[in-house]
Amino acid sequence: MRLGKVGTGLISALALSASMGLAHAKSDITVAMQLEPPHLDPTSAAAGAIDSVLYSNVFEGLTRFGPDGSILPGLAESWEISEDGKTYTFKLQSGVKFHDGTDMTAEDVKFSLDRARSDDSQNAQKALFTGIESVEVVDPQTVAVTLSTPNGSLLFNLAWGDAVIVAPESIENIKTNPIGTGAFRFSNWVQGDRIDLEKNTDYWGTPAKLDNVTFKFISDPTAAFAAVMAEDVNAFVGFPAPENLPQFEADPRFQVLVGSTEGETILSTNNKLPPLDDAKVREAIAHAIDRQAIIDGAMFGYGTPIGTHFAPHNPDYVDLTANSAYDPELSKKLLAEAGYPDGFTTTLKLPPPSYARRGGEIIAAQLRAVGIETEISNLEWAQWLEQVFRGKDYGLTIVSHVEPMDIGIYARPDYYFQYDNPEFQKLFENLTAENDPEKRSELLKQAQEMLSKDYVNGYLFQLAFPTVANAKIKGLWVNQPTPAADMTAVYWEE
Amino acid sequence: MLHYILKRLLSLSLSLVAASIVIFLALEVVPGDPAAYMLGLNAQEDTLQALREELGLTGSIFQRYLSWAGGLLVGDFGVSYTYRTPVSGMIGDRLWVSLPLALYALTLSTLIAFPAGIWAASRRGSAADASVMGVTQLGVAIPNFWFAMLMVLVFAINLRWFSAGGFPGWDAGFFAGTKALTLPAIALALPQASILTRVMRSSLLDTLGEDFIRTARAKGLTKGQTLWRHAVRNALIPVLTILGLQFSFLLAGAIIIENVFFLPGLGRLVFQSISARDLIVVESVVMLLVFAVIVVNFAVDMAYAWVDPRLRRRR
Repeated sequence: MRLGKVGTGLISALALSASMGLAHAKSDITVAMQLEPPHLDPTSAAAGAIDSVLYSNVFEGLTRFGPDGSILPGLAESWEISEDGKTYTFKLQSGVKFHDGTDMTAEDVKFSLDRARSDDSQNAQKALFTGIESVEVVDPQTVAVTLSTPNGSLLFNLAWGDAVIVAPESIENIKTNPIGTGAFRFSNWVQGDRIDLEKNTDYWGTPAKLDNVTFKFISDPTAAFAAVMAEDVNAFVGFPAPENLPQFEADPRFQVLVGSTEGETILSTNNKLPPLDDAKVREAIAHAIDRQAIIDGAMFGYGTPIGTHFAPHNPDYVDLTANSAYDPELSKKLLAEAGYPDGFTTTLKLPPPSYARRGGEIIAAQLRAVGIETEISNLEWAQWLEQVFRGKDYGLTIVSHVEPMDIGIYARPDYYFQYDNPEFQKLFENLTAENDPEKRSELLKQAQEMLSKDYVNGYLFQLAFPTVANAKIKGLWVNQPTPAADMTAVYWEE
Repeated sequence: MLHYILKRLLSLSLSLVAASIVIFLALEVVPGDPAAYMLGLNAQEDTLQALREELGLTGSIFQRYLSWAGGLLVGDFGVSYTYRTPVSGMIGDRLWVSLPLALYALTLSTLIAFPAGIWAASRRGSAADASVMGVTQLGVAIPNFWFAMLMVLVFAINLRWFSAGGFPGWDAGFFAGTKALTLPAIALALPQASILTRVMRSSLLDTLGEDFIRTARAKGLTKGQTLWRHAVRNALIPVLTILGLQFSFLLAGAIIIENVFFLPGLGRLVFQSISARDLIVVESVVMLLVFAVIVVNFAVDMAYAWVDPRLRRRR
């Protein structure tokens, strides 16, 4: 009897503490990432770090990227496309408020899109908006976007962080005090250290599960390792030291998520500089490269080999790696056929990321094996942009192109690859004008094959995106269809 | 004395003007367009131009120098290209981390070096002296970032006594702030203390060999009395020089340590700004550091004069 009482007491005490435990489920999270945003306006800088913190957390667009890269409705609840494919009529979600309490209406959408495409716009992706002829307010909940020619990518373009909806009332201070419509509102920024977000209790959609999110910025890979190991941070998105991942995988405190990104890592080639202007020479380079050796040596095994400029996780991806399979003998033969039996010398200019610096050394050795000598120079980003990207003063370089679905850069003859193929340009024009998903898919496949067969660049691998997190955290994005650390669905499992 | 100070102040201002010109020109010829860096690979030419105009990058070098230097005179450091906030505010925030860190490290290093140096010198040739020399040899040789990582491994990852890095801000309280700066300060102080100990020891040994020490001893002072009343004060001049150099080094040179402990300090700001081509921030911080070095040197000169009255009279 007495024992029974004690037992009941114990059980009720346990139940009580368990329910208290539930009531106190962790609702705060500290997420680390490598780069700090320079400022907080996603619509006027190319820095991926801005989107990483704010995309979908604080700011939302008419459409948005889902975790798998699909295009989902955002602030636009639905849309209708006119017969001629030129007018998109967006129906907006009702009851949407900005974090300062003002209503989000069609006027704000018009303001945002007009601002992005204006003459003095500072939007880093202004090209997303070319072709928009007018933006009209139909009623407070409806907005019509008219294009000069049909553009099958419009819904995709509007999902970018550069196309989020902002309000005229709060635009002046957006760089330090971002006011959006998202599930979190901005609360504090200690420059050089962290950005704090708090739950938006007036959110129009599914409310966030977390109350507070702190983003910390840790650039040094060793410091990143220490911060995760010491559990100073709960998650590190884009963990910078792949060599440490096996250690986290073996530790039950942590989970390691290795996702894919939109980053095609390529050996960019100056298609106008002799002897690289000869397709046969470029083909020889492609066959001289052992992709797996680069992935293993430079990325500790993380990365997916690619054979063209397209993300392997995309449903329209075609695996074309066989076109440029590792075959040094074939490579030497091709070089001889092209008139360079003894090889040649060119430059290899490397930007700072480790995939480029480490990968560059390996590629230089592989090219040397077939007779191609490279003069390696290490550049800072700003120098790289000036010399290689804008000045086109290079033979070869290694860089990851992280913009989503950016195969269109090959249709720009003045782009730094200087690939000028009218056939490809025509193909891309057709693609842009096409709205039918099936036909678009077919054209995209053709485009991939054309690039692969022209050996425009050396296609190396798709950049992996490792996230290390506390084992109890759920709902993190694994892949990076766009730079984002979307916290809206993240929670602690008890 | 007044004449001496005025002369020093004049040369101080001339140095500052010269430094500002050199710094500005040196950074202006560095390749890299800040606007192109910010807007990335897809930016269109008209967008770049719009940004350059807003950042004030379109005028001539001379115009830009005058507007920057003119601003400095009234304490206006301009607006950061990337962060788009006033540079003075950014520097101010970062100083609240870097200055206490430098002072903390300097205090630690002095607290270790003075007694250790005096102790070793007063027992010259003993086992104690040999062990101090051995330890300081090691302290000079070990890179401070490596030592920093070792401390993180032991005290943050294994023992969990400290965070692996970061700074909660002074709002979180004096104790929390000081705690966050402790490991970095020790990492910075270790090599400094080693150098300072050796300088203290050898300077004191030199002094102890001088005639006036023998005289003092002959007049009947004990070994300890001679040491404390006569030798130590005279041995301080080279030590002060090193201390002055160390302070400027600590303020500017903590870049690596600030990265290892991800502290939002001045060193890390310079590091980030250089890679982001935020030239106006780099120029302003470097200018501030030059100013700090010059002022510290001035203070050290004044301290010489205080320690050694002969220096005052000679000038």
